[in-house]
Amino acid sequence: MATTDRSFVQSLWDFFCSLKLTISLLISLALTSIIGTIIPQGKLAPEYVATISPIKFQIYSKLGFFDMYHSMWFITLLYVFSLNLVCCSVKRLPHVFKFISEPTLVLGESLRKGFSLKQDLSFSTSLDKGREALAAFLGKEFGTPVVTEQNGEYHLFAQKSAWCRLGVYVVHLSILVIFVGAIIGSLFGYKGFAAIVEGSNVSSIQARNGAEIPLGFDLRCEQFTVSYYDSGAPKEFKSILTVLENGKPVKDYTNVRVVVNEPLTYKGFTFYQSSFGQASESSDHTLSAKSRSGDLSQRFTLREGQAITLKDGTSLKLLETAQDISQFMPGFSGPAARVEVTPKGKAAQTFIVLKNYPEVNAQRDDDLLFQYEGSNAKMYTGLQVAKDPGVWVVWLGCTLMVVGLFIAFFMSHKRVWIVVSKGHARMYGNASKNQAAFQMQFEELSDKFKNLKI
Amino acid sequence: MTSSLLFNVTTIAYMASMVVFFAFLGSKNKTVGLAGSLLAYAGFAIQTVGIALRWKESYALGYGHAPLSNLYESVTFFSWTIILIYIFIELKYKYRIVGAFVVPFALFGMAWAQLGMQSGIEPLVPALQSNWLLYHVITCFLGYAAFAVACGISIMYLFKANSEERGGSNPAGGLMGMFPPIRVLDDLNYRAIMIGFPLLTLGIITGAAWANYAWGTYWSWDPKETWSLIVWFVYAAFLHARFTRGWVGKRAAWLSIIGFAATIFCYLGVNLFLSGLHSYGSSKM
Repeated sequence: MATTDRSFVQSLWDFFCSLKLTISLLISLALTSIIGTIIPQGKLAPEYVATISPIKFQIYSKLGFFDMYHSMWFITLLYVFSLNLVCCSVKRLPHVFKFISEPTLVLGESLRKGFSLKQDLSFSTSLDKGREALAAFLGKEFGTPVVTEQNGEYHLFAQKSAWCRLGVYVVHLSILVIFVGAIIGSLFGYKGFAAIVEGSNVSSIQARNGAEIPLGFDLRCEQFTVSYYDSGAPKEFKSILTVLENGKPVKDYTNVRVVVNEPLTYKGFTFYQSSFGQASESSDHTLSAKSRSGDLSQRFTLREGQAITLKDGTSLKLLETAQDISQFMPGFSGPAARVEVTPKGKAAQTFIVLKNYPEVNAQRDDDLLFQYEGSNAKMYTGLQVAKDPGVWVVWLGCTLMVVGLFIAFFMSHKRVWIVVSKGHARMYGNASKNQAAFQMQFEELSDKFKNLKI
Repeated sequence: MTSSLLFNVTTIAYMASMVVFFAFLGSKNKTVGLAGSLLAYAGFAIQTVGIALRWKESYALGYGHAPLSNLYESVTFFSWTIILIYIFIELKYKYRIVGAFVVPFALFGMAWAQLGMQSGIEPLVPALQSNWLLYHVITCFLGYAAFAVACGISIMYLFKANSEERGGSNPAGGLMGMFPPIRVLDDLNYRAIMIGFPLLTLGIITGAAWANYAWGTYWSWDPKETWSLIVWFVYAAFLHARFTRGWVGKRAAWLSIIGFAATIFCYLGVNLFLSGLHSYGSSKM
């Protein structure tokens, strides 16, 4: 009974230590991750739900496909992956430490055959003198050697960067550190959202799970603006924010400019420009009219459906307005108004006047040029709010990973032995990585070695 | 002189380089091989000037941003990085013939950009107005380029390995006479991925750092992020396959090719077929 238990534990251990498991897990993670890039995740749009059959919807829901990266089975895969990583490292690390701390000081006959890099030297002085000279040579040119005597031969051994064999384990550790950072973030951090109407304050934010999180201070949106390039593409989404403590603006946090890529951080909360919209129905719209001759220049405010008669007798009726014209006029953006203009004694015309494109408005041949100046509608700014105490752990993990990869891929453990017997010495060399580069180094060393006058 | 003229010349140089490399395969004449390399170098030099000039042109237009902001610019830059990594591998390991299987990738990119894309310099949308753009794009594309080179080498590996299996009586003959031995190809494949993997890792990390800075989340399982991780998984599997019996040789070569296919999907497929934060042309914040 005891032996079967033991063999079961042993085979379980072997299973989790195997590289085949690692490869299978990496490929499984790669393949399953594809699902979440094809099937929508999180809050589903009703349009999407309508396109799939109820049975499919049921199956997908059961399998957790709509939130697959947080589903039980995906998290389990990640746990098994971590376990595999830990087991592999635990199994191999003692060997590696032993390899570093107890290097092969003596090159036996059988070991010597395996070397492609070697160099001979004959010398005429005594064995002791020769040994001393060669130890000094190796110490100067490569590394201070450890000298061991065996069967009348002296084995001189020196090594460089033995610790770089640990690089790969640093990478493995870094993955675990990143996971720990992610877990800390999911336990103690949160993501939220705040929508603030221009001129108003908020004192709490809405967390993803719907809970209200008090800020402990107030945040006011002074203004929100969108600016555009000449081409009509958006140039900047800008909120002007003020932090208030006990109703009073905080110094250095008054009228702060927050744009995409430039968030505002205050007391551990970070506010990111994320969206915007119109907060209230606009009621009053401002337009201007200017004649090409310059005789007339007039600004006026109307509501939708209202009309006005200008000084020259032309009448204008504001039919409708839109805060973003792009869906009606591709290639254009920003606010616009549709107006009906009836010059004195002529027929009525209907056309669109834009806010951001005076040059387009000027393309009309008429004497009068119209421009839409905007409305009194208030905008709101949508701010993403985040607090993540695990993020520094994640960055630590990332740094470890980069350092570990660099060590594992670009540094190598170099070893040189010189076996000295009476009147003869032979040097051997070996590197754990990048044999070609080490070969050049070894050949340089060999040149000096074979020309030694001992 | 404009950058697009220089890019046209670059395309022609890469085309000539590819043709000459193919001639090298057939003729086995060392001078022909040298000519293939020199044409690729010349194209690379002209393209470098072209990219610098386009950068300057964007300042002249008043936008002032690195030429890495839309599909045209990124495909052009990708071609440039592929040739850069190829030149590095060629100079370091002295296997010129690899060019016959790598230059076509760069040529394809350039030809596609020149013939099929809008080449206008556009202003940066708000989401891209950050220095992170430079770090993120450069590391990612250098990584992608190393994977492209590895893919070319893996294709050579499979050709050579199959021909040796089929007979191999005449290892010096045929089109594959100029190919390095499969042992060397396997090694070169590994070395190219050893360059690409840390760069891809840096690319993912700089992307995460940027996302955290701009949006407050370093990872949101956006399709682009997820696909970059898929690519990372595939090459991680490749790196472990080398130490696992039954996974060396052809399987490793196939993993490298699949890895590059995943890379291309991550780069282009995600934008064409899936939606997310990286839709280059969109005006999302």
